[in-house]
Amino acid sequence: MQKRMIAKATELLNNGTVDRVLGWKTGEFFYDLTPAVFDSVSALEAKFVFNSFSGANLSKYLIAESRKPGKIAVFLKPCDSYSFTQLLKEHRILRENVYVIGVQCDGMCDIDKVRNIIGEGLLSVRKDGNHLIAETFDATKTIAKSDVLLERCAVCKSKKIVTYDELIGEQGDVCESDRFDEVARLEAMTPEERFEFWRNELSRCIRCNACRNVCPACSCEKCVFDNDNSGVKNKAAADSFEENMFHIIRAFHVASRCTDCGECSRVCPQHIPLHLLNRKFIKDINELYGPYMAGADLNTKPALMDYTKDDCEPSIVYERNGGAQ
Amino acid sequence: MSVNETFSPTIVAFCCNWCSYAGADLSGTNRLQYPANVKIIRIPCSCRLNPMFILRAFQRGADGVILCGCHPGDCHYTTGNYYARRRMTLLFSMLDFLGIEEERTRVEWVSAAEGAKFAATMNEFVATITKLGPNRRLEDLRCRKE
Repeated sequence: MQKRMIAKATELLNNGTVDRVLGWKTGEFFYDLTPAVFDSVSALEAKFVFNSFSGANLSKYLIAESRKPGKIAVFLKPCDSYSFTQLLKEHRILRENVYVIGVQCDGMCDIDKVRNIIGEGLLSVRKDGNHLIAETFDATKTIAKSDVLLERCAVCKSKKIVTYDELIGEQGDVCESDRFDEVARLEAMTPEERFEFWRNELSRCIRCNACRNVCPACSCEKCVFDNDNSGVKNKAAADSFEENMFHIIRAFHVASRCTDCGECSRVCPQHIPLHLLNRKFIKDINELYGPYMAGADLNTKPALMDYTKDDCEPSIVYERNGGAQ
Repeated sequence: MSVNETFSPTIVAFCCNWCSYAGADLSGTNRLQYPANVKIIRIPCSCRLNPMFILRAFQRGADGVILCGCHPGDCHYTTGNYYARRRMTLLFSMLDFLGIEEERTRVEWVSAAEGAKFAATMNEFVATITKLGPNRRLEDLRCRKE
């Protein structure tokens, strides 16, 4: 796949279709792939990488890149193409400056899960069909790829590439996914248990803002959390309220626009399951206002930017839980 | 933590300028009683209510927050309360998901002619919150007064 992608990008650069290519390169470690812009064939051949750790969603970078002079080619995996389409819908990306190459994806891996299985001394990991071959300093081990997928890939919602100019690999379909099971499990708990669960998770937050910075839906040029007067700008949360406030508002600001790309949870250094907050909103929207998938097309209105005259009343929240009032 | 018998909750009521604020006014001119725990904040329309305002109220010591607006269909700006309705539904659902007591937040539609409904709603809401006790799950300790 990587060879085909480099060949395609080389062709586009050589025939002048694009001036730059947005892809991935190796960061500090072999599993730490980071988005990068390549402006020459030599840079592409030297640094471009696509493997089981190319989890980073490139669509957000196009907000800035599509406004620079010249045209840019970008590789989008199916879930990235949902984010891209959602950003197009919000007029955040200049479509005419972007050449989209859709790449099919069979799931990205979580290095922490690999480490949990392999243990210390990991030197390299390469893919071989449905398996990963991990080399440590004293052994070579084979593990099933399905055991180390990122959470979002284990419950993949779609293999369909929504927007593209060209495809590498096959076009896929929307998958049957049980991605709401974990949310449903939490909903079945008592409020006390849920409170304990989230206190345990959210209290680990160090307010690094990585979840906000990586999120394709969080693309305001000036963020409410950067306001000195917001009261939640502290690097380290001084009170449990700040964590609640930050995470409720962060999730609320992307509600009905979140495509569930799962980047927030992937980048969280504290492994907080942030995608569950977003999924809770998606699940509620699907249940209360009809099925809606952000980024699946360019025409439908997000649930919070729309209404009907006979929407449910907010008291439905109590009624669903058995009617406390 | 035991609920002190003299616990007197702080309730923040966000009232839309065109219906509910006038409704509150009417209940006053009619000499209808509702508890002094209710602090009314006037907003131009129920959809002006940023979800952050609700969290901020809880941060600064509110024990319950209620939003009052025009009945759906009667919005002064035609559609504001329809948007507010969806937003509040999702926000309340999220607060419930995080384990915050669901009775602490409420939306009630009160028209300018419904002074009696306003007073009754507030009496009932204050009673509910008094029974529930002080807000501990969504408070900011730095803002606690005592």
